[in-house]
Amino acid sequence: MNAFPASNLIVSVAFVFALATMVLGALIAVGSRLLIRSVCGLAICSVGLAGLYYFLHSPFLALMELLIYVGAVCVTVVFAIMLAEPTEPKNEEKRGPTLFWGGTALAAAVAIFWSLWWLGKSTGWKTPASRLTDGSVKAIGVSLLTTYSMAFELISVALLVAILGALAIARTGRTKP
Amino acid sequence: MNTPIYDRLEIYLVAAALLLAIGIYGLIRRRTLIGMLISGELIFSAASLNFMAFSRFTAPDPAVGRIFVLFIMGLAAAEVAIGLSIIIAVYRNYRSVKTRELSDLNG
Repeated sequence: MNAFPASNLIVSVAFVFALATMVLGALIAVGSRLLIRSVCGLAICSVGLAGLYYFLHSPFLALMELLIYVGAVCVTVVFAIMLAEPTEPKNEEKRGPTLFWGGTALAAAVAIFWSLWWLGKSTGWKTPASRLTDGSVKAIGVSLLTTYSMAFELISVALLVAILGALAIARTGRTKP
Repeated sequence: MNTPIYDRLEIYLVAAALLLAIGIYGLIRRRTLIGMLISGELIFSAASLNFMAFSRFTAPDPAVGRIFVLFIMGLAAAEVAIGLSIIIAVYRNYRSVKTRELSDLNG
């Protein structure tokens, strides 16, 4: 018997809260007309996703999700929105094509969701007999510097090239004051 | 069913499928480049959640999925940096980021 009988219930409620936060943030991100609100939706979705990572026994990845998505990606998108235009345009097209493409998008989303749900439910996923590592931060660091050192270096080069390319693209075409 | 709700693989898979579906809906439905970029980020998140769930429940080496998610995060950050600078260059030339008006190559 557990010392705290309600602890399982409390943890389940926290899990459902993280799940609901993620789904709600994603819905805000795609549904809002003001772009700044959809960036905030993306940030909320990332916070919920970080909660799910925590439940998947990986607080390190949860921290990284918060740092990179909320701290870097969302802030960058906010700057881009301030430099470009803030709102999704008013619907000046005809009603027919808008409804048609909205219906197509909804049908595609529902089809993908339903088929993935069916696939996840119907497949008998097997748990492995033994684990090679425990997946801790130490194991991740050792793997990064031994097995995946090449990919690690490639990622750092890709990030460097991306930063330089972003600077080069955003600079050209700027008129002198 | 004795396993609690947060220890079942199917819950995470369904959540990732829902996130992917929302992202694809937004990618088709959005009419500005920044909105499409945000929807793309949702799709990246769905992929990351799948990798994390499988590395927790079915992989013999849980570190592999986590490293892959770290790589996805790094590449998503690079993609956002490049994408936003392209969007700003486009806005400087066209005075708009609506996808309908960027149709010079539409013969």
